[in-house]
Formats: sequence, structure tokens, C-alpha cells
Amino acid sequence: MAQEITNEYIVEKLKTHFENDVVTIAEPYGLLTLVVHAPKAHEIIAWLKNDTQIQAAFLTDVCGAHFPELVGQELGVIYHLHSFVNNVRIRIKAFLPITNPTIPTITDLFAAANWQERETFDFYGIIFEGHPNLTRIMNVDEMDYFPLRKEYPLEDGTRTDKEDKYFGR
Amino acid sequence: MNEFDDKSVEQLEENEYTTLNLGPTHPATHGIFQNILTMDGEIIVDAVQTVGYIHRAFEKIAEHRPYNQITTLTDRLNYCSSPINNMGWHMTVEKLIGVDIPKRAQYMRVIIMELARIADHVVCNAVVGVDAGALTGFTYMFQWREKVYDIFEQICGARLTTNIGRIGGLERDFNDEAYKKIKEFLHDFPIALTEFSNLLERNRIFVDRIAKTGPITANRAMEYGFTGPNLRAAGVDYDVRVMNPYSSYQDFEFDIPVGTNGDTYDRFMVRQNEMWQSLRIIKQALDNMPQGKWYADVPDFYLPPKEDVYTKMEALIYHFKVVMGETDVPKGEVYHSVEGGNGEVGFYLISDGGRAPLRLHFRRPSFIYYQAYPEMIKGGMLSDAILTMSSMNVIAGELDA
Repeated sequence: MAQEITNEYIVEKLKTHFENDVVTIAEPYGLLTLVVHAPKAHEIIAWLKNDTQIQAAFLTDVCGAHFPELVGQELGVIYHLHSFVNNVRIRIKAFLPITNPTIPTITDLFAAANWQERETFDFYGIIFEGHPNLTRIMNVDEMDYFPLRKEYPLEDGTRTDKEDKYFGR
Repeated sequence: MNEFDDKSVEQLEENEYTTLNLGPTHPATHGIFQNILTMDGEIIVDAVQTVGYIHRAFEKIAEHRPYNQITTLTDRLNYCSSPINNMGWHMTVEKLIGVDIPKRAQYMRVIIMELARIADHVVCNAVVGVDAGALTGFTYMFQWREKVYDIFEQICGARLTTNIGRIGGLERDFNDEAYKKIKEFLHDFPIALTEFSNLLERNRIFVDRIAKTGPITANRAMEYGFTGPNLRAAGVDYDVRVMNPYSSYQDFEFDIPVGTNGDTYDRFMVRQNEMWQSLRIIKQALDNMPQGKWYADVPDFYLPPKEDVYTKMEALIYHFKVVMGETDVPKGEVYHSVEGGNGEVGFYLISDGGRAPLRLHFRRPSFIYYQAYPEMIKGGMLSDAILTMSSMNVIAGELDA
């Protein structure tokens, strides 16, 4: 292996291919984190997987997140990729509006994404377009809301003993 | 003219398939899993899994708990090796707040984690034996898991769901009894493991029974996100302890056992060999145990000694703040993973500076690799499917979170 694959190298190479699709680049705690345009997420992940040098061929994780204060991009999908050959991890984030949370599926690239995308759908209602069987996985099929969204409180709303005002918050 | 004349052979065959419910509470599934199998006689034609029977919404609960209260949630993921989950979580928070913990605490953690790995693998391999008809090994090996739990009990007071360690180190030093029990274990367990190995590893009946059942290729295993012993059995030498060393694993010398076929026998053998490697690591950690403290200086997270709480104002304030979860946490997002009993246990944490995480996602290896189960059992016999499942070591708590 002549060229050592570093975060800088990946960013350089990625920029030549996807100049306008990567919104921000950061390295929190040393982990390369890319925020990308949602419709392009599939393409970028496929490119990272198939690039002969980067070879990010292992999908560690897919999960969702909800940021109610980010208007127009309330829901996030976060992918963690791992290149075993180079021992580099890459985090890809895409944000979606809560009114129309759709993103292309990556089940065609990684079989492992199947249930993880179903779980993300189950928890946040994110629609993965092209998923072979996008149904609920953890919760009952009859459930009519997406429980991990922030508007659903965990505990009984009538309880008062845990109100923030009693704790100076 | 008879009634079958206008039907093709396929249609006729389809009519003869049986639908069989394996689970949710079948004893052979070792947990609450349901598999709806389409059977052609004893051959599995198709399988559909149902998961989520013990889903407890840990990720939602974690968004409402202070950081030190989330440890108890991690206990209940892979409850066969809770300490590894506990420490993975502690290390995630330590990474977020940027604290280095003393070498001694790291070595102590390594000992605990490797003991947990042995306890995890002992149960899994003994159960593979049971499902192949060899109950003796199970009844014999199960007491060694109890002995590991005795050690945990000395260290932290609990046995199964341990809640072991604290953010910033361990709650207390190992006592003499703990050292004594660890040394006894290091002396006695290899004898028992050798006997267990002699009983099964080259036993013709056992090998014929499990070799070439439930195989998966290295490529498919990677696509399915396999990690841990199941991936290594397929021939990929990925181990988080080596790839991204944490808690001073780079100080220890150990090998990564790998298999070739990814079948039940390889998975069994990888776990067998990993137990020997774990013993090696524990020995090295004990022999080279550094002097010093077993906790870092992070008063915002690590509870002060009880006698100080009663006598010193500052300690009392910190005690109150830690217990009430009134600690400032930096904003940021962090991913940390450890090598659990079943593979890469990952914690993806987004903090907005509040008292609880904004988002905490657990990467549960069982959940990810259990997807491959139908592919591994199709075309095989029902009895092989049972063995395949127990050798994959799918833990219901980890599967459903």
C-alpha cells in the first residue's frame, strides 16, 4: 500500500467527484464526518464502497435522529462506514424535512442495511425509497406514530415531581 | 380426468409445504425469537424472523436519563457479558468529556472484560454442545460461569446485570478476595476447558454433526455486517481490540483466531480459541498490573468517597451534582466501539450539552447479523437450523434493545 489513506486524502478525492453534494466536513473526535445532500447519499456511499483505494466496504451502523429546532431538516440519517483495509471510519449524515422524509435505500449496497433502515423507519418514520420490505420491526404494526421523535414524551405528562423549575433549570 | 391435471408440478409441490412456527417460546431458540419456517418435509425452504418481542425502547429511555444512569440500560443489552457493555458506555462518555483514565484502571477493566468474554463464550459453546445432544459439557461448564460471576460479585457486588465501573474508572479497587478468586480461576479453568475441548473438539459425532452446517462466506458475512466470532469464523480477522485499541489492549500480546468456512464448527472453534486468548490477556494484565489509582480525577462524574461526603462541603456538593445528573457535558458527537462477546458493540452519542443525551444509538451486533439467518439455514435441515442459531449466539436482549 503506497498511499496512506487519511481523512484528508478521502476529502480531497471526494471533492473531485462530489464537489457540490458535500455540505460540511468535520472531524469530531478524529472521525471524518460528512454532511451530504440526501438524494446523493446513496451515490456517495456507493462510491466510497467501490473506490479501489478507500474501500469503505463495511457498513457499521445506520440510525436516525430528530432535531426539532432545525426547520426544514428535522430528521437525520447517520451512516457509519468502515474501511477494514485502511482502518478508517467515515460518518455520513443526511438531513431530511419532516414533512417529506425520503432518502434512497442502501440495501442494494449492504445487506446489513435492511433491518437497520427498518428500525430507523420504525422509530422516526424515515422512508427509504426502494427498500424491499419497509415495515415496522421493533414495534407493533398497528402503531400510528414514530416513537423516537422528540414530541413524544417518555413519561406520564401529568407528573409534576420532575418539572425542571424545581431543580433550577 | 383427475383434479391435478390442470396444475403444474410447482403448484402441486407448493401445496405440500408445511408452515412451522419455531418459537417465540420454543426451548431450542434460547430466547424469545419467532421464526416462521416453510418446510418441505424436514428441509427448510424459507424462513421469516420476527423480532422485537422484548423491545424496551432503551434508546428512548436513554434520552431521558443522566449519563451515569444509562449504564444500567447497557447491562440489559447482551446480558451474558454485561461488563463489556458497561465499560463500552463508560469509555464513550470518557471520550466525549476527554478524560484519560489511569493505567491501573484500564488494566482492571481489561481483566473484567476478558472474564466477561469467557463467561459469554462458555455459555454459547456449551449450548452448542447441548443442541447437538451433549448435555455433559453444559452441566460441567456452567459452574465456570458462576465462578466468573463470583469474581464480579467481589468487584462490584452484582453478578448478572453488573453495572460495573463508573465514568472515570472503577468504583473501588479489587480486594484480596477478588485477586484470590481470579488466580484460582486462572489455575482451574484451563483444566476444565481442556477437558471440555477433549470431549468435543475432535469428537467424531459432534464434528460430523456441526461441520458444514449454517455456512456463510466471508464476503456475505461482511455485507451482512457480521462482527466478532461469527465474522472471524468466516475468515476475516477483524477485531476491534486490535483495529482500534481501547483500554490499553495494545499492551497485550494475543492472537485473533479465525476460521475458514464460516460454519457452525468454525464458530465453535473460534470461540474455544478466544477463551484461551482471553486467559492469556488476563494473565498478562495481572502480572503487569500498574500501581496507582483506579479512577481519574473527574469530580463532575466520579462520586467522591463516602466519608468525604459526610465531612467535606466540596465533596457533598459534587456528590449531589453527580447523583442528580447536574453536570455540564460538552456538546459533540462521538462513536466508540468495543469488542463485545458477539462483535462490535458501538455507542453513537450526540450530546447537546444537556443532562441527558440528545440521541444515543446502540450498535448491537446480534441485531445486525441475525438478518442473515434465513440465508444460512435455507436448504438445510431443521435440526441444523437450531445449531446454527445457537452457534451465532443471538442474545434476545441485544437483538431487541
